[in-house]
Amino acid sequence: MRSDRSQKSPLGLKIAAGLGLVFLHAPILLIFVYAFTTEEKSYQWPPPGLTTQWFAVTWNRPDVWEALSLSVRVAAISTAIAIVLGTLCAAAVSRSKFFGRETISLLVILPIALPGIITGIALRSAFALTEIPFSFWTIILGHATFCVVVVYNNAVARFRRTSGSMIEASMDLGADGFQTFRHVVLPNIATALLAGGMLAFALSFDEVIVTTFTAGQQQTLPIWMLEELIRPRQRPVTNVVAMVVVLVTLLPILLAYYLTRDGDQIAGSGK
Amino acid sequence: MTSAVSFQKVSRHFGKVKAVDAVDLDVAPGEFFAMLGPSGSGKTTCLRLIAGFEQPTAGSISIFGERAEGVPPYRRNVNTVFQDYALFPHLNILDNVAYGLMVKGIGKAERHKAAEEALALVRLPGFGGRRPSQLSGGQRQRVALARALVNQPKVLLLDEPLGALDLKLRENMQEELKALQKALGITFIFVTHDQGEALSMADRVAVFNDGKIMQVGTPQDIYERPSTRFVADFVGSSNVLPPDFVQRYSGQHRWGSLRPEAIRVGKATRGDGVSARLVSANYLGATTRLALDADGLRLHAVVPAGTKLPEEGEALVLTFNRDQLHLMDEAG
Ligand SMILES: Nc1ncnc2c1ncn2[C@@H]1O[C@H](COP(=O)(O)OP(=O)(O)OP(=O)(O)O)[C@@H](O)[C@H]1O
Ligand SMILES: [Mg+2]
Repeated sequence: MRSDRSQKSPLGLKIAAGLGLVFLHAPILLIFVYAFTTEEKSYQWPPPGLTTQWFAVTWNRPDVWEALSLSVRVAAISTAIAIVLGTLCAAAVSRSKFFGRETISLLVILPIALPGIITGIALRSAFALTEIPFSFWTIILGHATFCVVVVYNNAVARFRRTSGSMIEASMDLGADGFQTFRHVVLPNIATALLAGGMLAFALSFDEVIVTTFTAGQQQTLPIWMLEELIRPRQRPVTNVVAMVVVLVTLLPILLAYYLTRDGDQIAGSGK
Repeated sequence: MTSAVSFQKVSRHFGKVKAVDAVDLDVAPGEFFAMLGPSGSGKTTCLRLIAGFEQPTAGSISIFGERAEGVPPYRRNVNTVFQDYALFPHLNILDNVAYGLMVKGIGKAERHKAAEEALALVRLPGFGGRRPSQLSGGQRQRVALARALVNQPKVLLLDEPLGALDLKLRENMQEELKALQKALGITFIFVTHDQGEALSMADRVAVFNDGKIMQVGTPQDIYERPSTRFVADFVGSSNVLPPDFVQRYSGQHRWGSLRPEAIRVGKATRGDGVSARLVSANYLGATTRLALDADGLRLHAVVPAGTKLPEEGEALVLTFNRDQLHLMDEAG
């Protein structure tokens, strides 16, 4: 029983919370509004008129499509790499004891704690040193560094909750290593992997800093947007794209949130 | 006849810890064999050696005459009922029970039928659709049992299967397990640290201490003729008698044991015997357990309830039949 549940929160607190939410979300709404403005050179408040023409304009601009396609491909491949590496790493760290286990665990998490600019500079100088030309794959390498962490964190938490005797029970009942992975381990970590993968995808999709250091001439969607803001022509196109980005990244994050919440209940109830 | 399970000088050392140390063991086919011992005495490690989760650091293990070293758990015709049951939370009860048949590639209809039969055997018919989280502890325990039995193992290993159950359920399950074992004729190897459970269920009992087997025998052997002080003390709190005391009655300078119920308690006026004083009396329901002090030697006696109890501190005389005094292997 929680005793504070019956108490009403004071009015002042409610207003403060409301203001906080407005502060956080009003700018985002502003972006949506500007996607419909008739003024294309500057952001004028209130908008002189409303139009949906920018959606058509955006649709017909090849540079938007190029950037979008690059971002989707980068995010998809980085996520795939992260799922494989992150799961294997989590399995090793939580399933067996070996020398330096804690250190490895820390080293895997470090890239997400480091400022992106450090990761970016480090990768750039490493590529320069080894004379690897910037390409699609250097962007993916950069993104994989933090995507792996997200998947690893999700997977390791789930592995800890999957009791070791379940794996032994499976072997005892006649399942070899592969069958045990397929029928016992995978179903138990699947939602965690899906959630980790979606977060990784969302992170990769709107990454700017590491990308500026590891991309050559190519533009991912967020970088394209930065460039576009400097140009005083067809500005609302950027806002239309921003709306799409918000939707594309928000949906997987919401889904991941619900998946892990649900997964907690499933994993916890087996005990 | 080949043994169901046979250990020859088997050791399993973890660094300095000798979890199992030079153990010799023979379990006969169809036997209900109990491993009894205090916490950390190596019982679970013994089971894991048989199941294949541990490899011996020395010695050899055979299961029905076949060498077991290096054979992985999934190729042994042995199944385990785990202490925490280890049911699969993502599968329903029917699929949990059918799991062993599923990984062997048996078709869905056939394995579900076999699983239903196994559930009926453990008296859980119609529970197949539930999830493990929707069952009580006792029911989960039965599911774990059905999941193992459905594979028709030659040897069933049970690691303190009743440990998590309350007293009443425990007693029911003890009887059921025993009846099931008789009906199926499978070799059961049962780990427990409850001596009552071991004595009442098993055909033979092995008493473990510190990774070694102290004594193997029928419950009567273990209870009435313990071979060491440890066994006498651990299995049902016998009186352990020092060599000097034993010599007066048997002529041999050895450690001895005497069951509490073999001691008769009388008034000091009744002639010869061991003179003692009552220290305390513990009412146990059907019996009363007396703690006595015989010249510095602490003895326990059990008298039926309803006997008129002596006063605390009262001088008493203890008598017993000399053939009840059991001489142990340890010399003084
Ligand atoms: N994997 C391991 N690594 C190191 N030591 C171990 C390992 N497994 C068991 N031991 C040690 O071996 C000894 C015997 O352990 P075991 O689990 O066999 O005891 P047990 O008789 O089953 O005890 P309990 O009644 O508490 O279950 C203990 O001292 C334990 O700490
Ligand atoms: Mg144990």
